[in-house]
Amino acid sequence: MNALALLVPLALGLGLLALLFFAWTLRDGQYEDPDGAAARILFDDNQETPPCPTSDSR
Amino acid sequence: MNALPARLEAEAPRVSAAACAHCGAPVAPGAGRFCCTGCEGAAALISGLGLDAFYLRREGATADLRPVPLPPVDFAARAVPLRDGKEQRLELMVAGLTCGACVWLVEQALAAEPEVMRARASLSARRLTVVWRGPADRAEALAGIVARLGFRVAPWSAACLRAAEDAEEKALIRALGLAAFGASNVMMLSVAVWVGTDMGDATRQLMHWLAALIAMPVVLVAGMPFYRSAYAALRAGRVNMDMAVSLGVLATTAMSLSETLRDGPYTWFDGATALLALLLAGRVLDRAARRRARQACAELIALQSAEVTQLAPDGTSRRLGAEQVRPGARLLIATGERLSLDGVLEEGEALLDTAATTGESLPRAFPAGEALPAGAVNLGAAFVQRVTAAAAEGSLAAVSRLLERAEQARGRYVSIADRAARIYVPVAHAVALATFLGWWLGVGMPWQVALVPAVAALIVTCPCGLAIAVPAVQVVAVGALFRRGVLVGSPTALERLAACDVAVLDKTGTLTTGHPELLPDPARPAGALEAAAALAASSRHPLARALVAACPLPVRAAGEVVEVLGAGLMRGVERLGSAGFCGAESAGEAGPSLWYRADAASAPVVFRFADPLRPDARQAIEELRRLGLRVELLSGDTPAAVAWAAASLGIDEWRAGASPADKAARIEELRAQGRRPLMLGDGINDAAALALAHASASPAGSTDLAQAAADLVLRAEGLSGLPAAIRTARRAQAAARQNIAFSLTYNVVAVPMAVLGFVTPLLAAVVMASSSMVVILNALRTGRSA
Repeated sequence: MNALALLVPLALGLGLLALLFFAWTLRDGQYEDPDGAAARILFDDNQETPPCPTSDSR
Repeated sequence: MNALPARLEAEAPRVSAAACAHCGAPVAPGAGRFCCTGCEGAAALISGLGLDAFYLRREGATADLRPVPLPPVDFAARAVPLRDGKEQRLELMVAGLTCGACVWLVEQALAAEPEVMRARASLSARRLTVVWRGPADRAEALAGIVARLGFRVAPWSAACLRAAEDAEEKALIRALGLAAFGASNVMMLSVAVWVGTDMGDATRQLMHWLAALIAMPVVLVAGMPFYRSAYAALRAGRVNMDMAVSLGVLATTAMSLSETLRDGPYTWFDGATALLALLLAGRVLDRAARRRARQACAELIALQSAEVTQLAPDGTSRRLGAEQVRPGARLLIATGERLSLDGVLEEGEALLDTAATTGESLPRAFPAGEALPAGAVNLGAAFVQRVTAAAAEGSLAAVSRLLERAEQARGRYVSIADRAARIYVPVAHAVALATFLGWWLGVGMPWQVALVPAVAALIVTCPCGLAIAVPAVQVVAVGALFRRGVLVGSPTALERLAACDVAVLDKTGTLTTGHPELLPDPARPAGALEAAAALAASSRHPLARALVAACPLPVRAAGEVVEVLGAGLMRGVERLGSAGFCGAESAGEAGPSLWYRADAASAPVVFRFADPLRPDARQAIEELRRLGLRVELLSGDTPAAVAWAAASLGIDEWRAGASPADKAARIEELRAQGRRPLMLGDGINDAAALALAHASASPAGSTDLAQAAADLVLRAEGLSGLPAAIRTARRAQAAARQNIAFSLTYNVVAVPMAVLGFVTPLLAAVVMASSSMVVILNALRTGRSA
């Protein structure tokens, strides 16, 4: 019973945390451009740094 | 020595030797790396910015990337000032964004401008947001950079917004997140109850109370999309699948709550929440698949909506949206501009391309005072048009209203899922009610106990498999077609497409490319083509453009060319135009032709043209026949042109000179005969027929009205996408039927068990999940290559 008193609130708390995190990602607009987000992680340069075309030697 | 073979080769139609280094369009041999100066400029701009990596990264070159001038829109007026006007923000719709490399290129090219603070492009919505420091006037220059790279831009319009920012979809995603959270946590508690056979009563009750605490709000909030749809259907006096879902979920929750209060052995909260999560996932995927198609259509419409130039009585001009223009206003129509409003020609003569409005493949000269149809394109010099009808009363609006009516008629089309629901839902509910009454009054159990098997019957009949049977197939089929370049807009389009038995095809722009091409002629004297092309370069007439396009060498436009409307071009003694204009005797040409005469003494040279069939037209028609469709050709063009196309495609049934009303009448006639016509067309003149047909499709490059009217837009592959779409639709239909049949069979086994009270929550969960899996796996078969 003692284990339950700890584990059940813990499990529910974690689940609730995940739900809040999901609500934040939704409000942040992270589901608005799924295709773009998929492509964006492959850019090997950021907006800040100047692009380096020779680095793409593939 | 080299010049002659090179020319012969270039004059043979469709010789694709090299590809343009920027847009990938075929380039005549020896003409350099680029197909046009625009592409050359774009490549120079890209390499100047140090962004050449774009060419290595992109996924295949598309001909869409050929730079075109900015549309005549006041971009500066669309800029939104931020921070007291120190910064400006502009939202643009960018067509041609097809891969990550395009996004990268556009963002980097704009970021290279010193005043640009932020540039972010969305690949899904094709939306570009630019923020810069400085005056709003920079808007045009910044949009110009994107245009020079080869992307077509237009201001972000309300239509784009509607397509992209789907509040309903967002609500569905939120509901899905909530339901998934509820289902996983309730399942955790339920599994503890199922496996914890040695669990004490107090612990079990605690588990049930916790489950109720989580499930109650989740069921109430996450189920809203279903409750709303069920309520709407009920108010309209109909029954739909969502009613069964709503009743099943709500009854299960209520019964579980009563079991919790009574301290019963089982609750069913896990089933209710898992069911919601699964069904919501299906909804979200279904919507996302169709959102892409809707967005692609909104994009095309945004590109075509331009502003007009109104002339004030004092001679000044201002630009405004077409919807603000009143009858009687005078508009200046520039060369190449598309008429947005109906009107009459005030003075002089105009040369208009009416292919989109009537289906005629060649432009026609309009005398002063004649009515000019909205949708036609000005190929001659600029002229003044007096507006006769405001946008809301004009011919385009009339077509739009017709489309709305047809849309409503299609909304009444009952899909196979709803037909199944109409029979299934009342039966399922009657069984549950009979179970309850049987145990309560018949056997004499307390009503709370009698409720358990009744609700168990509701849960197992709650059409998880059935509700997901058709959407799962839809998602897979629509996604597979999207990858092949076929956009599916309407939810019932595939179902209607699968049932079509007659294909009615338009000619100009549908079976043909809509752009004439020069036919090879070995008897043509050397140098004549170059000389004629130099004259033709100054005209926008389609035949003149075809002549320039066929010229293997770069064409230098000759100066001081005078265009005689409806006759031809001349410079000094040189003439290019109709037979009469050049003093030649017409030999009764089969297709359109141009004549060229260097001077009065030399013999006239003829250039013959044909509006070439799309390369895949013949194969597509053969495949349509093989699929069991009768094929007819219905065109607004001249009998000679239609007969030629029909003969070369082997179509026996054809009709020429058909007006938009004739086309619509033919579709009505076929429907009256009990046939289900599939209409394929691209023009405004086809829109009515497209809307009336059982199912309809538009090829790439169609007018916006035709695309809006059609169920399918064939984007990438041209006509061969249509037979593929029919095959996919038929496979999808078969899979949907199998799924429904499977769900019903499973109910025949499960319902008696539930009625007799043998079904525990664990058994219900297993059976429900397994039936959904079977249905989804069966749906996945639809997506395999067409």
